[in-house]
Amino acid sequence: MTRMSATRGLCMRTMMELDQSCSVLREYGSEQSLLSKPDGSSTFVQGDTSILAGVYGPAEVKVSKEIYDRATVEVLIQPKMGLPGVRERAREQCVRETCEAALLLTLHPRSSVTVVLQVIHDDGSLLSCCLNAACMALMDAGLPMSHLFCGVTCAISKEGQIIIDPTARQEKECRALLTFAIDSAECNVLISSTTGSFSVQELQQCIAISQKASEQIFQFYRDSVKRRYSKIQ
Amino acid sequence: MDTIHACFKEKIGEVLLPGDVFSFRLPESGDGSIKSEKIICGPGLRRNGEEVRVCKSGILRHKQPNMYWIDSQQRRYVPAKGESVIGIVTTKSGDVFKVDVGGSEQASLSYLAFEGATKRNRPNVQVGDLVYGQFTIANKDMEPELVCIDSCGRANGMGVFGADGLLFKVSLGLVRRLLAPQSEIIKDLEKIFPFELVVGMNGRVWVKAKTVQQTLIVTNLLETSENMTSQQRQTLFKRVAEGSL
Repeated sequence: MTRMSATRGLCMRTMMELDQSCSVLREYGSEQSLLSKPDGSSTFVQGDTSILAGVYGPAEVKVSKEIYDRATVEVLIQPKMGLPGVRERAREQCVRETCEAALLLTLHPRSSVTVVLQVIHDDGSLLSCCLNAACMALMDAGLPMSHLFCGVTCAISKEGQIIIDPTARQEKECRALLTFAIDSAECNVLISSTTGSFSVQELQQCIAISQKASEQIFQFYRDSVKRRYSKIQ
Repeated sequence: MDTIHACFKEKIGEVLLPGDVFSFRLPESGDGSIKSEKIICGPGLRRNGEEVRVCKSGILRHKQPNMYWIDSQQRRYVPAKGESVIGIVTTKSGDVFKVDVGGSEQASLSYLAFEGATKRNRPNVQVGDLVYGQFTIANKDMEPELVCIDSCGRANGMGVFGADGLLFKVSLGLVRRLLAPQSEIIKDLEKIFPFELVVGMNGRVWVKAKTVQQTLIVTNLLETSENMTSQQRQTLFKRVAEGSL
């Protein structure tokens, strides 16, 4: 498993020092092509949050879901226990829309791309971990993509402090929780999912921090793919 | 030095990710004449205006004089014209067979597309049979179409095969390595014991050796050689040949 520490020393996370506060992601790791049946698979671990992703596609599609000029994307999130509910459906939609934006779906019309995300453990920042695992699995499946994407979660605490990649406990105590999907080409925001109340200024700050953090994650993608291809001359 | 080639050349053999861009300005020489340069972009590269974008993760490869493509380790097959594949016959309906080739859609195979087949003399093909065939039609908008004859009407190795033996799936990257002329994996494997091998571009491999045990050995060696360096592979094969495994 490739694992790389993203913690570059604990620094003062004050509101003013934006540059310093951004580089504190939890430790993250990933593994690709670990399942034998799916066309692409990956795990993504952020701190104690862990997701297993499998991608099937381009595969046959039901006639009712067939789209004549592009592939149908389906995302399924399986919770750790029990059946998927409304919360999972909301996450599924976020991940699906992000995948649709990144994939070149017109190259495989009348087919389906299915992404299955199994939650192994939830310790905060679940949606961003889902996005990262999905991106890695799509890359592993070799589906044509115009750019990569990653997810970053920010929490704003009651004191107005911005915490990046929060744990479940930090999420519970915070005033607002914001998750962004960011693309690798121009660092634009693809989707945002927010809860709680925050000011416009705080939103801008969170986006800036997430964009900064995304660079680290994209570099990590590159390193882990390099490692995967290291045995092939 | 020409500009387009220069920006590709420094990346040959490197791992690239989707979203990586090769941007180039069309060279403007002083007298106003545009010097035309051509490059051929293979799988994984797409032209987008004044830039070439990478759309698959993998290693950038180059072939003289001007071909570039991305070599990726994917599992799912996407039919391409002219490629030879192993298919499984799933249904017989009228004058075509439906063949599963591992793509997003089943390919059709006419009963007349076999050597010596006429309207009177139908080929003996049953559901579940393995066929080795070539794509004559394969594009994203149409149903792929297979044939088991070449342009002269000869079988040329194609047709129904595989009375016994074992069919299994490997990644498309490994298949391309096996099919490359002078493939090292095949050369190493030949030294252990004789066997028959059919490799389809769709990731399906069929093996038959003298005994079931030998068939399974070849299968396992091929599957494990996927994630090995050539040195690791050679030591493993040597141990198998000596009979210590």
